[in-house]
Amino acid sequence: MKAATKTNLKLVSLVLGMFCFGFALVPIYDVFCEITGLNGKVSGPTITEYDDNFNSREIKILFVTKNNENMAWNFTSEKRILDAETGRAYTVDYTFENPTDYPMVAQAIPSVSPGKGAQYFHKTECFCFEEQLLQPGEKLTMPVRFIIDPDLPDDVPVLTLGYTLFDISESHIKLQASN
Amino acid sequence: MSAVIDSHSDDHHHGPAKGITRWLYTTNHKDIGTLYLWFSFLMLFLGGAMAMVIRAELFEPGSQIVSPEFYNQMLTNHGLIMVFGAVMPAFVGLANWIIPMQIGAPDMALPRMNNLSFWILPVAFGILISTFFMEGGGPNFGWTFYAPLSTTYAPPTVTFFIFAVHIMGASSIMGSINIITTILNMRAPGMTFMKMPLFTWTWLITAYLLIAVMPVLAGAVTMMLMDIHFGTSFFNAAGGGDPVLFQHIFWFFGHPEVYIMILPAFGIVSHIIETFSRKPIFGYTSMVYAIASIAILSFIVWAHHMFTVGMPIAGELFFMYTTMLIAIPTGVKVFNWLSTMFKGSISFETPMLFSIAFVALFTIGGLSGLMLAIAPADFQYHDTYFVVAHFHYVLVPGAIFGIIAGVYYWLPKWTGNMYDEVLGKTHFWMSFISVNITFFPMHFVGLAGMPRRIPDYALQFADFNMVISIGAFIFGLTQLLFLFIILKSIFAGKQATSEVWEGAKGLEWTVASPAPYHTFETPPEVK
Repeated sequence: MKAATKTNLKLVSLVLGMFCFGFALVPIYDVFCEITGLNGKVSGPTITEYDDNFNSREIKILFVTKNNENMAWNFTSEKRILDAETGRAYTVDYTFENPTDYPMVAQAIPSVSPGKGAQYFHKTECFCFEEQLLQPGEKLTMPVRFIIDPDLPDDVPVLTLGYTLFDISESHIKLQASN
Repeated sequence: MSAVIDSHSDDHHHGPAKGITRWLYTTNHKDIGTLYLWFSFLMLFLGGAMAMVIRAELFEPGSQIVSPEFYNQMLTNHGLIMVFGAVMPAFVGLANWIIPMQIGAPDMALPRMNNLSFWILPVAFGILISTFFMEGGGPNFGWTFYAPLSTTYAPPTVTFFIFAVHIMGASSIMGSINIITTILNMRAPGMTFMKMPLFTWTWLITAYLLIAVMPVLAGAVTMMLMDIHFGTSFFNAAGGGDPVLFQHIFWFFGHPEVYIMILPAFGIVSHIIETFSRKPIFGYTSMVYAIASIAILSFIVWAHHMFTVGMPIAGELFFMYTTMLIAIPTGVKVFNWLSTMFKGSISFETPMLFSIAFVALFTIGGLSGLMLAIAPADFQYHDTYFVVAHFHYVLVPGAIFGIIAGVYYWLPKWTGNMYDEVLGKTHFWMSFISVNITFFPMHFVGLAGMPRRIPDYALQFADFNMVISIGAFIFGLTQLLFLFIILKSIFAGKQATSEVWEGAKGLEWTVASPAPYHTFETPPEVK
């Protein structure tokens, strides 16, 4: 084989490899965020109570609810601000209402900021663990129970728990049909 | 008598074909270089006209002449056309003309692919520009086409935009493969890597960057296409995707891309500064290593464009320090240019003037880049006119001055005639003054908080914006003079010698001016 042809083949395979690498970035990005806990992703229900030997401190928790684009539901939390202490369990109720005249399925996605506080926010019970199906006009109240880890760094005085509500009726129907 | 007949038959076999087919079917590296250069010049005026619309709209506060929607289209296409249509093809054109002559090769390694990689470019830009005449208008989401602006909220013509980007990418990739194969396999005997001229070196590294990142860009627009038409959710949060992922993929392409647009200019000014200082370039080896380190570092700094997306501290620190690291090899290059000029016997012909301006003004752009690299400070500068000032300083008096300097430097070799030195110097001084009037005040309005990409602004920015617009109009008009100078040198002017510039080094100065249609059919011996 001519030297130039060899070079060309190497370069073409580099092009194809980099095209695939572009797509490989999608899972790499997800795995990287999961391992490092970046992106405000919260850990699941791990710890339910602490023994008495911990230093409790006061912390402010803000609750934010919002709808993704074209989501028609009314979605609110009973509290906007909670003065809490680390290491104690709290319950906050959220209300969902489907004002449309057709049944819909929704999924809430949580996010905690600042991101470095996310791993200290432990949820023992959450409506976000499952999908919600509401009939037309139906109203539903569901709780989130959580404990803030006492190891939360001192330079985090406020934690914000945000929920975005997504309309997943369409993919839900498709899933039901395929089952 | 026989001599006349001989030369006639030589012409018949080796000269260019006649008429339009010469340009359509050509596989000659010089013809293709010329096509690339004229195409990029046309795009420079098209993108420049869009910049004039932008500056006319910003001449005074309030809505002046175009609607905000049309303003967004101007802004987006100004960026796209200047990056993909003007700067990149101009460098490829220079590479086509100069690299085979610098390394003593008869032509490019893949001449037919060379023809293809040029001729799909006008198709790509034809498609892009045709979107202006369709329902919904042209792309309006900024040249960075962040999702979801370019997916969920994009005009229906976005599919044409995606197709155009795919074709531009294919053109760049083919051009790069051609350049690498030429440089690696077709050097004259005796020309080792460390004897290669710096322009060839910068292009070798640039071509590798292009091959590494253009496919990633193709992947990004393919994901957009699938999100828009095939129901995937790469960048759509509702389906489990993430819009920030788009920014990561885009800037993984985008940051090496900005070095693609500056490295060949480094090579050009290195040649010009050594020629007009009448000294060999200071620190040739360190120049080569500096280019290579800049290229490698460019792959690990991309997220400095995204400091404000909500990255953790560790990420911000990593990207802040790696970005600052790039100042070291860049500084090596700047000091090498200064050391080359130091105690040189300098004369100030037009290419040298543009090159000295390049060194000074590119350094200003580099320093504002260092300011932007400081993550906490970037929170104030992000998406303000300070950023606009920064990247225009490295692209206009950086990349474009580098290209203009190269055109003046090699023009007598192409046309066989010297350009008009008085007009050339006029062109330089008008450009130098107006480019600073245009872009320097942008630092001030940016630091004071004027956001970029907005067709209107607060009254406090009115005076500076009027100054900026006047500077931009002068700069735009001055480039018409450049066109006139080039045309004049094609048709008239003092006959150039083959050396052209006193003491110019390099194989391209050993062939006649204008360069014959075929050069180095027998490889020269390099000592």
